[in-house]
Amino acid sequence: MAYSEKVKDHYKNPRNVGEIENASGVGTVGNAKCGDIMRMYLDIDDNTHIIKDCKFKTFGCGAAVATSSMATELVKGKTIEEAMKVTNKAVMEALDGLPPIKVHCSLLAEQAIHAALWDYAEKHNIKIEGLEKPVNDIEELEEDEEL
Amino acid sequence: MSKLIYMDNAATTFVDKRVFDAMTPYLTDRCFNPSSIYDGAQDVHADLDNARDTIAKTIGATSKEIFFTSCGTESDNWAIKGIAHANAEKGKHLITSKIEHHAVLHSMDALKKEGYDITFLDVDENGLVDIKKLEEAIRPDTILVSIMFANNEIGTIEPIKEIGEICHKHNVYFHVDAVQAYAHIPINVKDLNIDLLSVSGHKFNAMKGTGFLYIKKGTKIINYMDGGAQEFKKRAGTENVAGIIGMAKATEIAHNEMNKRIEEETKIRDYIIDRILKEIPYSKLNGDRVKRLPNNINIGFEFVEGESLLLSLNDIGVCASSGSACTSGSLDPSHVLLAIGLPHEKAHGSLRLTISHETSMDDAKYVCDNLPPIVERLRSMSPLYEDFIKNKK
Repeated sequence: MAYSEKVKDHYKNPRNVGEIENASGVGTVGNAKCGDIMRMYLDIDDNTHIIKDCKFKTFGCGAAVATSSMATELVKGKTIEEAMKVTNKAVMEALDGLPPIKVHCSLLAEQAIHAALWDYAEKHNIKIEGLEKPVNDIEELEEDEEL
Repeated sequence: MSKLIYMDNAATTFVDKRVFDAMTPYLTDRCFNPSSIYDGAQDVHADLDNARDTIAKTIGATSKEIFFTSCGTESDNWAIKGIAHANAEKGKHLITSKIEHHAVLHSMDALKKEGYDITFLDVDENGLVDIKKLEEAIRPDTILVSIMFANNEIGTIEPIKEIGEICHKHNVYFHVDAVQAYAHIPINVKDLNIDLLSVSGHKFNAMKGTGFLYIKKGTKIINYMDGGAQEFKKRAGTENVAGIIGMAKATEIAHNEMNKRIEEETKIRDYIIDRILKEIPYSKLNGDRVKRLPNNINIGFEFVEGESLLLSLNDIGVCASSGSACTSGSLDPSHVLLAIGLPHEKAHGSLRLTISHETSMDDAKYVCDNLPPIVERLRSMSPLYEDFIKNKK
């Protein structure tokens, strides 16, 4: 298993780490069982729907940190509609690929963005084209486990 | 990067220069097949016998009880499957623990598929096998108990003497995977009632591809490899002569220096454990504090994932290991850490440092000085830590 130079760069110097106070949308995906948890914060302009800022926090391996970092870079400055096109494949390509066993990290990054957008849509009672309710929310999983 | 601090000696060790020098003639001028008849070959055969004798003496065995193999995994496979297949008439029940190496666990799984019944014993929070539960698990059809001498991840040393007595009392074969313990701490197979003992050369400064299985005289076991007459006709195949000579040299050095090494490694081990636990909050030692290999440090850091920790240590020239899923090629964290009761997120955040007699106090200080800011940085970007701090308030 070898990481690309871009992946190494992003886990060594992750971009946009942190929190956004009173964020427009926050999404957390993943679970401790598989070892990766990602949380995305979005600051969205309510009129233009442009993502003005995006920050993340991640508990996980090098690939999890790198995909989170790259995902924030890719959605920053984009509109919600454009951000919806940032797929796990786009994140992977931007990082010059991932080892096969780490592909799920890029999926988590995509889901984290979607979860944060879902949170925004719910708060503002709007519908985002193509966005489905995130299922991989750790809090939901924890509730499931309690059942 | 110039500085390299190697603290992954449980994974493998560097070949000792003296071992390397002992081996080279058998790869060059004396590269004969020990089964051949001419003088040079017979000399090599004699050297092999001496090597076998040297190794036998280190565990209180006779040279006819030492069988060279290609690695610890082969020794484990042979011991377990070999006993199971040779003693199926007596019974098909085997006992082991949940924290064994995969070479043992997967051999047991393979037997299970053949219709054998396996008991996987629980361990306590420090990784110790409960000898009472072990004795209770023995049935009339039990043919083998296989318990490791010391655990490869958390360094816990099992109550081998007590288990040996129980097995002897119940007339059940006792196999011990001593891959991490042999040549690091004293082992005497007679005192400990051990019937089979697995060893790997590259864990004590011999080369990879070497190992042996001790099989007590009179043990009923099937042959592992069919072919020539090597290894008393039980494990055929031309001997890895240079590797075996090197392994004998390595064990000689390790046993000559053992007391000194134990003392020095224990001092450095305890220094590292004490400093890390004191200086890094929400950290916990995995494994037993006292019944522990002199070279093993395994500490869990809450809210931090192991691979990230290893990558950060790599950046400052420290080679270490983790029980994190990400380092194993599967998504599950270490079965050992789960068996001692750690929840998944904590099992993912463990760091294993395994030192050697070559580790200096300066190396230990370097690691202890550099670890706190690394853990702090990873926590600052961990959503688990964020939640923990918010809930605390």
